[in-house]
Amino acid sequence: MKDAKFDFALAIGGAAGQGVATPGNILARMFVRRGLHIHAYNAYQSIIRGGHILLTIRVADVELPCHGDKIDLLMCLNQDTLDRHLQILGPGGRAIYNSDKLEPSEPPEGVTLVPIPVGELTDNNPNKLMQNTAFIGVTTALMGIDFEVLGEALTEVFKRKGQDVIDLNTGTAKAAFDYTHANFEIFPDPVPSGDEPLAVWSGNDALAMGGAAAGVKFYAAYPMSPATGVLHWMANNARDLDIMVRQIEDEIGVANIVIGAAHAGARAMCATSGGGFALMTEAIGSAAMMEIPVVYINVMRAGPSTGVPTKTEQGDLWQMLGASQGDFQRFIVAPKNALDAFNTIPEVFNLCDAAQCPGIVLSDLLISEGTFSVPAKEINMQPEINRGELITEPRVSNDDGLADPATREGGGYKRYKDTENGVSPRAILGLEGYVHVVSTDEHDEDGVLISDEFTNPHKRQMMVEKRARKFESVVDRIAPPELEGPADADVTLLGWGSTWGVIHEACKQLSNAGIIANHLPVKWIVPLYGDEIEEILGRSKRVIIVENNQSGQFARYLRSETGFKANGHIRKYDGEPFMPHHIVAGVQEQLANETEIYVPRHEIMV
Amino acid sequence: MSETKIAESIIETTSKDFKGKVDPDWCPGCGDFSVLKSLQVVVSSLGLRPHEVVTISGIGCSSNFPGYFNAYGMHTLHGRSLAVATGVKMANHEMTVLVTGGDGDGYGIGGNHFTHISRRNVDLTYLVMNNQIYGLTTGQISPTSEIGMKTKSTPFGNVEKPLNPITQAIMNGATFVARGYSGDQKHLQMLMKEAIQHHGFSLIDIFSPCVTFNHDNDYAFFRPRVRKLEDEGHNPEDWKSACEKALMWGDEIYIGKFLHVQRPTLDAQEPVLEEGGPIAHREIAISNEQSETIIKRMM
Repeated sequence: MKDAKFDFALAIGGAAGQGVATPGNILARMFVRRGLHIHAYNAYQSIIRGGHILLTIRVADVELPCHGDKIDLLMCLNQDTLDRHLQILGPGGRAIYNSDKLEPSEPPEGVTLVPIPVGELTDNNPNKLMQNTAFIGVTTALMGIDFEVLGEALTEVFKRKGQDVIDLNTGTAKAAFDYTHANFEIFPDPVPSGDEPLAVWSGNDALAMGGAAAGVKFYAAYPMSPATGVLHWMANNARDLDIMVRQIEDEIGVANIVIGAAHAGARAMCATSGGGFALMTEAIGSAAMMEIPVVYINVMRAGPSTGVPTKTEQGDLWQMLGASQGDFQRFIVAPKNALDAFNTIPEVFNLCDAAQCPGIVLSDLLISEGTFSVPAKEINMQPEINRGELITEPRVSNDDGLADPATREGGGYKRYKDTENGVSPRAILGLEGYVHVVSTDEHDEDGVLISDEFTNPHKRQMMVEKRARKFESVVDRIAPPELEGPADADVTLLGWGSTWGVIHEACKQLSNAGIIANHLPVKWIVPLYGDEIEEILGRSKRVIIVENNQSGQFARYLRSETGFKANGHIRKYDGEPFMPHHIVAGVQEQLANETEIYVPRHEIMV
Repeated sequence: MSETKIAESIIETTSKDFKGKVDPDWCPGCGDFSVLKSLQVVVSSLGLRPHEVVTISGIGCSSNFPGYFNAYGMHTLHGRSLAVATGVKMANHEMTVLVTGGDGDGYGIGGNHFTHISRRNVDLTYLVMNNQIYGLTTGQISPTSEIGMKTKSTPFGNVEKPLNPITQAIMNGATFVARGYSGDQKHLQMLMKEAIQHHGFSLIDIFSPCVTFNHDNDYAFFRPRVRKLEDEGHNPEDWKSACEKALMWGDEIYIGKFLHVQRPTLDAQEPVLEEGGPIAHREIAISNEQSETIIKRMM
């Protein structure tokens, strides 16, 4: 990623129900239409009205890996926002607030207050949302953007509500825009323009679109934050894509209904968060036993139990590793960002189809509920689709003689045939000539149970080994992790999943501070390229593992798989995501040998 | 199952064609034998062929059913047969889906799915071999065990009121609700035939005595008590009368067709299935046009 010439962060704070989202959407739309990149993080709470929301939109002329460290412009929709965040603004920062109602404390040095007489500018309109429109006008002015750009955006957003609403909002925004130019200095850096307009998506959109691109024809879910966005995308787009979408009574039902659809022959997917995933686990084992490929997405939130529903954490790693009773294979992959999540889903489907087993995609609130720009040309909705050894055509032969048990329909077809690579050709339901039974009980090659009577240790061993072998036969299709940054570094930062972006930016900041850091992001949890990781880390001077949990779940996993013990750890488990400076501070303290486990203290109270 | 499908079938099947690879491991005298035999007779009489049918079960004595029945089969997790079966039916609505299991599997651990499949009116037939006991775990109370029943888990007698699957299914929106008795195969076959031909969710709760662990509700208990609704002139569109009769227990216990009404099935209301056949058989790649539509929405 290139260095930014323009890098600006805007935060909008208020209570749920005050309309934080609308100004966020309007401003984001203005930025991406200009070809600017955005990376937005919404800190919110599990409440429909009230509480405190802080939406941070970082905008730049280059791709952004994370939401960054700073807030340049704070839009305060209520006193609470001003009270919470005014003191964390840095030099050059500004705070917009309604001077009719709000009272700021003494701002930090270098911070400019932008008091706006909202009543005067809105003709004392009793509609409280007019304050938000005025503040968008103020923001547009402060950022040095022409009013026409905002006018167009307002027209588009409010066009369904009619010309009167458009005129009211445009008039208010213009009054605030002019007032700002007359009374305040604008930010010194002009807002540039990019090459072409960018698309916008959330991580949940990307996961759903990855499913659509992979050919998912059946999607089921039970709503659960922060995974619900996948269901919403599917429901909104299903009819155009011939995808069947069903909301089911609970996650147990979800996990099993997708198995039914997948066994019938459709590509089937579902998404949930950790609690729902816990309910799904028995079914995941049954998919492994019946050898049915299904993709399960877990969007992690802070646990345990109901935990903190609107906050992020990487706390479910061991739940994924141990999901369901028994000893069996499942793919587990943790994409690094939204685009990676989008591209990973078709890859996981191809692997699951090849190995006829379940796969787990591990996202988290940070990826799933973040809003990101993406160049449209990078979205490939037609990736390679490979369904493995799937039988989809009937066979009409002498086998179809019926009545005679030896040659009756399905005679000769062994669903669980013990092959060299362990993969048994899988017939979809309803084909003439391939009648068979699949079972969650242990079974023989022909599907007959060997669990309740006539258990046979040799057959059991054969089936266990067959299932393991087919998994091993496809893992070489997966790319091993690669070291990013200079080969020779003072410190190697190892992260997994969604920490990629923040570590990426922290490495740059460390370099600016004279510390050479490189980065080993691990995406594939199972299979884990243990030997390759050990080799890379063996060349490192010092290894620090960065993760969003308290106990060091990945550090323990890596040690259990390889014996590798890291020199230090940076962990965060307060519900809020890492910011780059947290990692920089952690590295600096560890290089000074002050600590082995650095836990940053989050500065923004949300 | 559609009417045309029956007409198209050329090869005639007999009940033997639906005999599974292995023989049942049920105890001698178990009511489930009659259910298995009856279903084999009915399915062949409907002109169905093994590959057109899928039997789906959970866990329990009766849930071993798919292994004894020659058709596509799924022996799923305890309590989850109805969820899996809903996925199967929606992904391939051309299949005849038959779900088999017991009272513990369906009304106990699987109770939530039983509730919701009824209101969804998924077009499949659910055959519950109700023996009012947990048999495979060697005899504990089930959700349909009577008050006072002594089992290994209730040595001093059961205090919990049994649920009534018939009224429950009716209240939750099932469109075909019947009760059979494995001691009367001819009657049971009549119910099965109608249930399979019905478009919508069909429940047949079948008294299928456990001769090993339930000595209260055996053949000697049911034989003098069962009364057929068909002999009483019951109107199966009258849900109130159906519920009154379903709640009767004691000297007179009704079997037969309690409710039979028409309501759109889940697959018939699914817009994706309006054309193009089962989703399981379709091309899955996204078209250029679809891709453009989706990306345009993101701009």
